[in-house]
Amino acid sequence: MAMADSFVKSQGSQSVPLEYTHEEDALRIFGFWIFLATDLLLFASLFATYSVLYRHVGHGPGPLQIFDITGFSAETFILLTSSFTCGLATYSMHRGQKAAMMAWMIVTILLGVSFISLELSEFASDIARGATLQTSAFLSAFFTLVGTHGAHVSFGIVWMTLILIQLAIHGLTPTTARKAFIVSLYWHFLDVVWIFIFTIVYLLGVMS
Amino acid sequence: MLYNVENFASHFFVLGDPLIYGADVSIVLVSLAIVFVLTYYKKWGWLWREWLTTVDHKKIGIMYMIAALLMLFRGGVDAILMRTQLIMPNMPFLKAQHYNEIFTTHGTIMILFMAMPFIFAMMNIAVPLQIGARDVAFPYLNAISFWLFFFAAMLLNLSFVIGGSPDAGWTSYAPLAGLTFDKGPGENYYLLALQITGIGSMATGINFFVTIMKMRAPGMTLMRMPLFTWSILAACIIIIFAFPPLTAALTLLLMDRLAGAHFFTIFDGGNPMMYVNMFWMWGHPEVYIVVLPAFGVFSEVVATFSKKRTFGYASMVASLIAIAVISFFTWVHHFFTMGAGPGVNSFFAVATMIIAIPTGVKVFNWLFTMYQGRIRTKLPMLWAIAFIPNFAIGGASGVMLAVAPADYQFHNSYFLVAHFHQVLIGGVVFGMLAGMYYWWPKMFGFMLNERLGRIAFWFFNIGFYVCFLPQYWLGWMGMTRRIYTYLPGMGWTFWNIISTFGAYLMGVGFVFIVLQILYSIRYGERDLTGDPWDGRTLEWSLPSPVPHYNFARIPEVTGRDAWWTMKEAKQKGEMQPELEPLKPIHMPNDSGRPFILSVLFFIFGFGMVFTWYPMAAVAFIGILLSLILRSFEYDTDHTLSVDEIRRTEAAYGRV
Ligand code: HEM
Ligand SMILES: [Cu+2]
Repeated sequence: MAMADSFVKSQGSQSVPLEYTHEEDALRIFGFWIFLATDLLLFASLFATYSVLYRHVGHGPGPLQIFDITGFSAETFILLTSSFTCGLATYSMHRGQKAAMMAWMIVTILLGVSFISLELSEFASDIARGATLQTSAFLSAFFTLVGTHGAHVSFGIVWMTLILIQLAIHGLTPTTARKAFIVSLYWHFLDVVWIFIFTIVYLLGVMS
Repeated sequence: MLYNVENFASHFFVLGDPLIYGADVSIVLVSLAIVFVLTYYKKWGWLWREWLTTVDHKKIGIMYMIAALLMLFRGGVDAILMRTQLIMPNMPFLKAQHYNEIFTTHGTIMILFMAMPFIFAMMNIAVPLQIGARDVAFPYLNAISFWLFFFAAMLLNLSFVIGGSPDAGWTSYAPLAGLTFDKGPGENYYLLALQITGIGSMATGINFFVTIMKMRAPGMTLMRMPLFTWSILAACIIIIFAFPPLTAALTLLLMDRLAGAHFFTIFDGGNPMMYVNMFWMWGHPEVYIVVLPAFGVFSEVVATFSKKRTFGYASMVASLIAIAVISFFTWVHHFFTMGAGPGVNSFFAVATMIIAIPTGVKVFNWLFTMYQGRIRTKLPMLWAIAFIPNFAIGGASGVMLAVAPADYQFHNSYFLVAHFHQVLIGGVVFGMLAGMYYWWPKMFGFMLNERLGRIAFWFFNIGFYVCFLPQYWLGWMGMTRRIYTYLPGMGWTFWNIISTFGAYLMGVGFVFIVLQILYSIRYGERDLTGDPWDGRTLEWSLPSPVPHYNFARIPEVTGRDAWWTMKEAKQKGEMQPELEPLKPIHMPNDSGRPFILSVLFFIFGFGMVFTWYPMAAVAFIGILLSLILRSFEYDTDHTLSVDEIRRTEAAYGRV
């Protein structure tokens, strides 16, 4: 809601952003913020598990042996960029530029796909080296935490594609604007979670 | 070939136990009877149109209530079986394994499939009406929540005839519940059923939080909200914060069991206590999720039947909030014996004891509300009054358990069993029954028979004390929980006989509740006023049963106890505000998809239980497809014309 308020103020007029014009849409956006809070707590639980278990490497490799610095740096860079392009899509939406908005969404989706491909190849090389979910508590926690984020991103890719199709069919209406706005919130949220994964899992992992 | 089929069947179906065969027969007979009745009276279409596809919060509430009563029956039968086994030393009635399965399903069902749906029933029925709203924020999601709960309950109940029930306690602690010590599908049933119903509960928490925050009638500020709505708001906040750790704990344990992960195993670095922590990070707040709404019901009932405003409204609200917050800092009291050290244990002990303060404030406020009130001991009030001494004793034994060093003695004894039943039955069950009696006329438009209700009340109440007070003594004498039998020389026999006798009395009480409902469906007195108790809050301003759009005109609220204020103004002959002209109303369309989606979840869960992954995968794709279909659905609501509203209102005699 805070975002909407500041947007209204910066317009300096009574105008309400498109996605907030109908009361039902405003309710859904508010509800989605609450959902994001629960999802954040779910990740918090997984982070807690990871922090308890990350030294429990058993007979398997530790973080230093499996983390690939260029790999996770590239993933980070791509995902952060995709958050930026997703923001540009919302910006275009608020200026009523449907074509630009859809173009930025497509860029976002492509960046998301390349993020997922990199992550999958990282997982594949770990597994090829014998570091699997079944090896140790550390690896169970690692694959689950990072994999849950990856599953979220994959879901987001499919979701954003569906919204893109609906934008093409229905044009920019309060309903499609609300849907696009919600999926963008989701996307930014995944970016925030990734920043924690980057610091707590990868950076601390290669520093230890 | 034949051997293979036989071998499969003997593992798939639970064989060799006469009790289970009895259950098989009764399940088949009841299903056939339902199919027969529906076909004979040509009710299939009615069932689908009016109930299975409804998104009306009032009907969803009624379905929750019926399901909760059925589950109370199932859990109650479990309880009677266990108490029968324990009546005498060395009873040959239940075997050890069977006893394990029964206490596990009893606890799981009572908490997640009885208490939770019962509070969801009450909040669905009352909250939108109390705040002057036409529906909840997300009616379609509300239907999904209900059906997810319903099919999760079916999944768990299926376990005792197919595959075997979970047997590691309702807490399902690792490593006992891990694959090493628990091979069968039972634990998978537990994990999947809880996960599926948990999604529904989380959605309900979000739904009602948004409803209460954003959909109140004009003039209803937060501090003018009825206390029941306040209690639901507090419960929703707890749901939002508490369910994610449970989701995580269940998922990780399932990964251990199905994918060979090492979160909670003993080898390869797993840490079983991590599960215990996460479980209780949800588990303790969970008991407040179920008891705060009961407190809310008592606040409404006590004010209405004392004909007084609630004493100390602001302190009631403050204590709800305080309880909601502190409930997140007490979870370790469930395992002081983990040995976290004196610092940690002291913190959690003190936090637990502090909760007694806001709870005490509430008890005194109820008492002061009754003080010098004109008390009418109708059924809801009867249960509310009975709750107070009950909760006082249960609370006191709770504070005793919170004393960490003493808990090393009480832990896992019958003292604990007596304590939590005292607060769960005396608090939650009494509260939900009070709520059911209170809002019954609102739901159905007729009254429940008082006489049968009073008989039920006395059987249940006396039975309660007879059943559970002896268990405090048994705990002190060293009887531990979750044991299926004991030896004659222990000195426990006498109190166990008494306790079992009390359980039977409660069973009789339950039968009278059922009789009361059946009798009143036929002979119950109709309520044409819509306000049979002379109520104080907005739901009583509406006719019963409430028309599906609730309010033809959204009311203006000028103070607390909105409906009472309006009635007073009318009596004093004050100027009534001009009625605004009726306007068309926007209503959500009914949909069969929540039902189908939940069936798919059921199939998905069943496939996962038996690790039949192709089945689970197909169902999962179905789930995704129905989500996509919903996303592409733009025609999701319709408009009621002024004419239609006027006709409906006229039929109720209100124009
Ligand atoms: C109707 C009367 C009831 C009776 C006679 C009864 C009886 C029992 C008995 C005999 C046990 C097993 C004790 C053991 O062997 O350790 C038990 C466990 C339990 N009951 Fe009840 N119960 C009743 C109602 C309830 C209700 C209403 C709830 C919750 C709302 C509830 C929640 C539990 C839980 C959570 C457990 C622990 C299960 C476990 O150890 O995993 N019970 N009850
Ligand atoms: Cu607790």
